[in-house]
Amino acid sequence: MTAAADPLGRRSIFARPRAETGIWSWVTTVDHKRIGIMYFLTAFTFFIVGGIEALIIRAQLARPAGPEGLIVGPDVYNQIFTMHALTMIFLALMPLGAAFFNYLLPLMIGARDVAFPRLNAFSYWVYLFGGLFLYSSVFASGMPDGGWFNYAPLSTVGADPTGTAAGSLAAAEASHAARMLFYSLGLQILGIASLASAANFIVTILNMRAPGMTLMRLPIFTWMVLITSFLLLFALPVIGVGLWQLMFDVRFGSQFFNPAAGGDPILWQHMFWLFGHPEVYILILPAFGVVSEVIPTFARKPLFGYAAMVFSGIAIGFMGWGVWAHHMFAAGLGPVANSAFALSTMFIAVPTGVKIFNWLGTLWGGHIRFTTPMLFAVGLVAMFTIGGLSGVTHSIVPHTLQQTDTYYVVAHLHYVLFGGSIFGLFAGMYYWFPKVTGRMMNDRLGKAHFWLQFVGFNLTFAPMHIVGLQGMPRRIYRYQAGMGWDFWNMVETIGSFTIALAVLIFIANLITSSRRGEVAGNDPWDARTLEWTTTSPPPVHNFDEIPDVTARDELWHRKYAGPGTEPPVRVPAGGSQDHGEDAAEHHGGPGIHMPDPSYYPALAALGMPIAAYGVMTGGAAMVALLGLGGLIILAGLFGWVLEPSAE
Amino acid sequence: MRGSTPAPRPGSRPRARRAARSLAGWALLAGIALLAVGCGALDERPVQSALDPAGPVARAQDQLWNIVFPIAVGVFVLVQGAIIFAMIRYRSRGDEATPPNQIEGNTRLEVLWTIIPALILAGIAVPTVRTIFVQAAAPEEALEVRVIGKQYFWEFQYEDPATGDTVHTATELHIPTGMPVLLSMESHGIGGEGAADGVIHSFWVPRLAGKQDVVPGHVRPLIIEADEPGEYHGQCAEFCGLSHANMLFTVVAHEPADFDAWLTAEAEPASAEGLEGLAAEGERAFETAGCIGCHAVRGETSEGEPREFLRIGPDLTHLMSRGTFAGGVFETTPENLAAWIADPPGVKPGAQMPDLGLDEETIDALVAYLTTLK
Repeated sequence: MTAAADPLGRRSIFARPRAETGIWSWVTTVDHKRIGIMYFLTAFTFFIVGGIEALIIRAQLARPAGPEGLIVGPDVYNQIFTMHALTMIFLALMPLGAAFFNYLLPLMIGARDVAFPRLNAFSYWVYLFGGLFLYSSVFASGMPDGGWFNYAPLSTVGADPTGTAAGSLAAAEASHAARMLFYSLGLQILGIASLASAANFIVTILNMRAPGMTLMRLPIFTWMVLITSFLLLFALPVIGVGLWQLMFDVRFGSQFFNPAAGGDPILWQHMFWLFGHPEVYILILPAFGVVSEVIPTFARKPLFGYAAMVFSGIAIGFMGWGVWAHHMFAAGLGPVANSAFALSTMFIAVPTGVKIFNWLGTLWGGHIRFTTPMLFAVGLVAMFTIGGLSGVTHSIVPHTLQQTDTYYVVAHLHYVLFGGSIFGLFAGMYYWFPKVTGRMMNDRLGKAHFWLQFVGFNLTFAPMHIVGLQGMPRRIYRYQAGMGWDFWNMVETIGSFTIALAVLIFIANLITSSRRGEVAGNDPWDARTLEWTTTSPPPVHNFDEIPDVTARDELWHRKYAGPGTEPPVRVPAGGSQDHGEDAAEHHGGPGIHMPDPSYYPALAALGMPIAAYGVMTGGAAMVALLGLGGLIILAGLFGWVLEPSAE
Repeated sequence: MRGSTPAPRPGSRPRARRAARSLAGWALLAGIALLAVGCGALDERPVQSALDPAGPVARAQDQLWNIVFPIAVGVFVLVQGAIIFAMIRYRSRGDEATPPNQIEGNTRLEVLWTIIPALILAGIAVPTVRTIFVQAAAPEEALEVRVIGKQYFWEFQYEDPATGDTVHTATELHIPTGMPVLLSMESHGIGGEGAADGVIHSFWVPRLAGKQDVVPGHVRPLIIEADEPGEYHGQCAEFCGLSHANMLFTVVAHEPADFDAWLTAEAEPASAEGLEGLAAEGERAFETAGCIGCHAVRGETSEGEPREFLRIGPDLTHLMSRGTFAGGVFETTPENLAAWIADPPGVKPGAQMPDLGLDEETIDALVAYLTTLK
């Protein structure tokens, strides 16, 4: 690349990227839609990786085994279950949410892009490099093996404290320290990505709404994005501090969590769960938002109790900060704290229940069309209800002392995060696929996917309630014969492979439909929100004309006249408010300024893993890598600041 | 709900038939699943089930479950029933002339389904909080046992009522029936007694009580109680490293008189007198091979003086009286002992006992000696 004069006479190291196709157009893109697609593809790939890890876990536990383990030994198994959780939470579910936020948010609020397009690209690249950094551990020390919760002081003592398994104490200590640093630094990098996008989405929602789109006319999905973003903004710094302390304990010999030196392992638990519980809502609220869009469309009714849905979301957002110690009931906090957190845990079920009932209210009296997205959305309502109910059983503390750290909790969390988040996100994938690609997904394959996944999911996770109460702890790489758990574990394993089959069908559907699917048109579902007013896929600038918003379900009201509860009547196409189809005549083209692509977000992001490797090494290598990484970050940020967003 | 659509027209449209068929399929599947449940349940009886409480602590916890579980099932049936009903009753037949009424909400319903769950939860809160405080209260009279969690076995310490000395054992916790037992639990590290570099374990014997984490740097109490004599299985419930799954233990409950007899016997030192042949050789090897550096055998002397023991590994004074060893993973048989001594980390991953590289004769001698520790 050569230095090039730009039209305004400024000089820059790099010529401004101009590619509109090919790999460089993707590396340098700041278009929220392309970034959304990249988020989706990356996150879905990690979802597959996390799923393969889940299959290894289930294969390992299919039958009882001796201390050598059925398929892998405990060292590999501990890495696998740790990475399964880290992958699904940080590399699959959160970024899948981000994929939806990115693609849809500007379209839903009638904007041309997010508030900070380059920051958006930066978030993606930081996420990608953070994920690759975390997984690069497999080629170095082995992957983190302390569980996603990574409790102190196991995080400093290690799983093999005398080195009898590793062969020598030095080898065990070195590999353990490196694994913990991959955990700490990897999550810190990923946290930066989430923080940046949270700030971006908040500003976008508050500042970039189309004229007439008041907060109480926001599509409910957008509300959930807003709440999730605030949760991210406040939760990530908490875990950030904890990760920083862990890094210093492991790498530089500080003693934050070492009881022998006045530290306290319980401190880590508080920090982790003060982040960890809001994190649960970070994972579930976007899926709630998705189904709150999907169900009204296919019931052909507005969302029942919109305001109640908004405020229950906000209530969950606030109350989510007051329940963290229910993860620590067995830690010994005492009866007063346990009672307080029991009560808060019970009452957070109230706003969650309000959501369930409002979805039911939306279905009630509708004309329900059983499309694939609708099946997944209703699947969420049904499955999340089970997760919510088992959540309430966690609040009866004395009995929770039986449940905690058993497969009962594994069942609960998967009913929430798989039956909830993943079902909801699949609903969203089927629902918005036509908008993103311009083609419909195959409905028959979609339904096969749903039913197989539904059956497989329940076969896998429902029996975990039973074996958990029958005394099977979590995070064990083997169990003895004669415990009475054999039958259900085999059922669970069969179920998990059924889920894998269902996901394979989805992938096949995704690939074939994106090439040969039926052409969708602007509004294939007879939907209700603004993203369906523009073409599928939307043009780079989203809308030829920024829409004027006069109602909550803007598109619906353009299509059907008649307010309130009277049966609505279809407005003839081209009617008074229908400026979707002939908008190009009025406007578009030369008058619209879109931000230009840029190399700098990706460049700045690239510095982070390099600096992180620096922390893990020592001596000259440490100085060199930290210096190089720091310089790259600085160069990226300088280039970014000095470059106008659009020329 | 007001303002619903007109009643559905009767008739057997293909869509409806399909829905009915898929429903029938589901019923069949559910039937098969139930059958499987039955067979599975008959197949084997879970040995450490929280659903099968065997003492007052676990029973009080189970009673809360017995209150909440039926409520949860009720809500489950209600919500799933409403979903299925709505899906069938309000399914589109594809021929509606106009969209359904655009109902935006209903304040009375919102208030109702906010208040009713809140009231139910408040109802659950009362027994919950009461049980929390009842179970947190220290019992008036209890047997006290000190419990030490280590990577990866449980050590138990009793006070000898005759001498006041501490009696150490491992992997089997013996208790009397019909009285509360107060466990004072600590986590110690690999450095032996008092070492602070332990990790968090969780003591859990589901049929007697819910679990309690054992946190390094703290002493955590837990009360357990068994009604009937018998063996109650338990295991570590907080992830603690490579052999977390191999940190098992058994609670053996005796009638109080039998318990006293057990404790008296357990307090006895090993009878090292009169060892002959291979066993005597093994006793010497126990010293020369370094075993005694980590394991205590009470009664062993050093040049005629009582020994101080480091107690890094389990106390072996009455090893053969315990059904299992090495964290409850292996039955205490001569063959298993020989295999264990030959390569501890090889048969139990992450075991802190090193492979000492002993030859077969030494191992045979050691096993011969260990089997005298009754």
